[in-house]
Amino acid sequence: MSNVLNIRDLRLRFRGYTGVTEVLHGISLNIRAGERVALVGESGSGKSVTARIVLGILQELGSAQIEGGLEFAGQDLNKLSRRQWHDLRGTEMSMIFQDPTSSLNPVFTIATQFTEVLRRRDARLPKLAARERAAELLNSVSIHDHDRVLNSYPFQLSGGMNQRVVIAMALANRPSLLIADEPGTALDVTVQAQTLKLMHDLVEEAGTAVLFISHNLGVVREFADRVYVIYRGRIVETGPTAAIFENPGHAYTRALMAAVPRITGGGIPEIDDVDTAFLDPIVTHDGGGL
Amino acid sequence: MTPILSLKNISKNFGTGANTVQAVRDVSFDVIPGECLAVVGESGSGKTTLANMILGVFGQSAGEILFDGQPLPDRRTLVHRKAIQLVQQNPLSSLNPKRSVGASVRLGLDVYGIGNKADRWSLVEHALEEVGLPADFRKRAPASLSGGQRQRVAIARALACQSQLVVLDEPTSSLDVLVQARVLRLLNDLRRDKGLSYVFITHDLSVVRNVADRVAVFKSGQLVECAPTREMFEAPKQAYTRQLIGAVPVVAPQELRLRDRLANKETL
Amino acid sequence: MKRTLFILLRNPLSLLGLILVLLVIILAVFADFIAPFPHHRGAVIDFVYFNKGPTGRNIFGSDLVGRDIFTRIIYGYRISLILGVVVLAISAPIGTMVGLLAGYLGGKFEFVLMRLTDVFLSIPPLVLAIAMMGVLEPTLMNAMLAVTVMWWPWYARLVYNIARSEREEGYVLAAEVIGASTFHITFREILPNCLPAIITKMTLDMGFVIIIVSSLSFLGLGVQPPTPDLGSMVAEGARYLPDSWWLTVFPGLAILLAVFGFNLIGDALREIFGADQ
Repeated sequence: MSNVLNIRDLRLRFRGYTGVTEVLHGISLNIRAGERVALVGESGSGKSVTARIVLGILQELGSAQIEGGLEFAGQDLNKLSRRQWHDLRGTEMSMIFQDPTSSLNPVFTIATQFTEVLRRRDARLPKLAARERAAELLNSVSIHDHDRVLNSYPFQLSGGMNQRVVIAMALANRPSLLIADEPGTALDVTVQAQTLKLMHDLVEEAGTAVLFISHNLGVVREFADRVYVIYRGRIVETGPTAAIFENPGHAYTRALMAAVPRITGGGIPEIDDVDTAFLDPIVTHDGGGL
Repeated sequence: MTPILSLKNISKNFGTGANTVQAVRDVSFDVIPGECLAVVGESGSGKTTLANMILGVFGQSAGEILFDGQPLPDRRTLVHRKAIQLVQQNPLSSLNPKRSVGASVRLGLDVYGIGNKADRWSLVEHALEEVGLPADFRKRAPASLSGGQRQRVAIARALACQSQLVVLDEPTSSLDVLVQARVLRLLNDLRRDKGLSYVFITHDLSVVRNVADRVAVFKSGQLVECAPTREMFEAPKQAYTRQLIGAVPVVAPQELRLRDRLANKETL
Repeated sequence: MKRTLFILLRNPLSLLGLILVLLVIILAVFADFIAPFPHHRGAVIDFVYFNKGPTGRNIFGSDLVGRDIFTRIIYGYRISLILGVVVLAISAPIGTMVGLLAGYLGGKFEFVLMRLTDVFLSIPPLVLAIAMMGVLEPTLMNAMLAVTVMWWPWYARLVYNIARSEREEGYVLAAEVIGASTFHITFREILPNCLPAIITKMTLDMGFVIIIVSSLSFLGLGVQPPTPDLGSMVAEGARYLPDSWWLTVFPGLAILLAVFGFNLIGDALREIFGADQ
């Protein structure tokens, strides 16, 4: 099966008044068509900037220097012009963010925003046709009150509703890759659980590949086929989800797992949040990516 | 033993007439000295409103709040304020970016007139050391600290004045998981060492299971269930509690079994 | 400090602004040493050299009574800077206090203070100044008073907006829960967070004050002869365009460069103060 996304030895540096700081030290990861891959790390690990590089939006920052292989569905992203990259966004690759309500434009109705999204694929799509298509998409995310939701502004809908709207918009143009950056983190636990289940079912049906970025191992376990664990700009462990959870090899992965308090009790785990063993070389499990 | 905090039939309404919102409805519970009571609920449960009333940010619409057996008036005196402190969720916004860490920790000392002026800086340094930060951090700007460090400063600020009750509003929700473990351990140790009482507000049940002595579950402004932690997790009585437990993302296989068993109890 | 320099120097525009402003300040401060004819700032008549274009002796030419225009521009800068500093030193603190109290206290304070501010803001600035000057004697002091009166509401509005949003921040809640006094919260907690915007605005305002005062002088309502003022110089010379162009062009350019410089620096300052996260 071919790769939808193939990142090879990606490095990212920022130029600031203190000099040059390297943030990503040679990340490699790949996602095959229809696969759900998780990128797990804490804040400052570089997981979010990786996503932004794939989308081509980090490159807008003058102070960013990027090196390394970036291939999307066989195309070398580094060779694309700004315009070509822009055309991919929203059509072949889309992204959803942490807070659904602030991802939506507060001054436009949901219908208008759907139209804008659908017109990325077909610039001359008539408003009525767009609205019909939007209603279908809302159905797929279990929103049946179409007219009310389409005529509403984001602030009139709940966080959970907005999250489903955002997912529907992200999948509207049938992208081959969906990047989800901590989706549902801003929502209540019960809503988050429902949302993730919904996402899971939708991408399974559509065969969309997913890059799921998270700091929460528990969420990842229920969603992803394969996992990459990232620490301070380096991938430290990778492999199929089951393998990683049953047998975490790297010190950092083990720390991440041990650090989550258990609902079975046992007190707060005694682990260090910094350890030289975290800089150990990568641990790879069979059945992982290349 | 007199509860350190006692809420009796507390209600809070916002707005008037047709637009009235009942944020909190007839809530009663106690906090025993030295315990950690977890207040659990999702958004709209009223937990933040409750915290604000306990802290005296605004008054209640009905009912009484008692501290150490004495009713608390709407207009709090400095004595009351000194007794109950707050640790907020967002470490970024809870420290004034334009003031040094030390100035923020020192605020309570100045307001309550603790020690004389010369002593206060050393009290600040002592407070910082108690939370595991070096004394010279008092000169640093909040922006130069990590989230976990800032949160520890917020804890130092709450403890600098020898208060008895601390309200913690999602104190570790904004922190990374490794840092969270460290801060939770710190909070536990401090409580034990100083005999403090905590009202620990959170939506994270896995944290609750490991820090709280008792749990109070809220939904839509009402108290749904209140029980000792172990009891609640082994045999939750209310459907809503089971639903909350069922939604917790878990990592270890044995947790998965327990969680599903608890969540599906009705269907068994 | 290092970061400040980095921002100032890496952007060619802010560097230009810095140079222009420093130039104006140096000229104003050291006027007595730099000006070729220091006594020309007063009442002097020299018919030998009057109304001559730029020459070796008078690099910007001479005016209708023979005074050196370059000298008068330099002294004009001095007056403008003094005016700017005095006006801002009075209006900024007054406006800031009004805005802070209205923004933090809310309720009746907010209503009364901000409606008062709105009244002043609703009158076009220059019109207000002209009206005041119509009533008062046209002297330098009165011109300063008029400009100060019309200036403070802008600071009130700016600080009000910031205070209102800072009021919702965690550190304000923390201070309230601790029981800090209103004085402490407004002046020691909220005010420091307003300072970057206030200072940036003051820098930009230097340029505007120069223009307003020049406009008043242009209309004969500001600085009176023989005190040199850039606006008056432009006014006097306007009648003689295009023949004696130097009478207007050089003072006009002087105003332009000063205002431009302050604007550029203002933008840089905004960036310097911007990120403290």
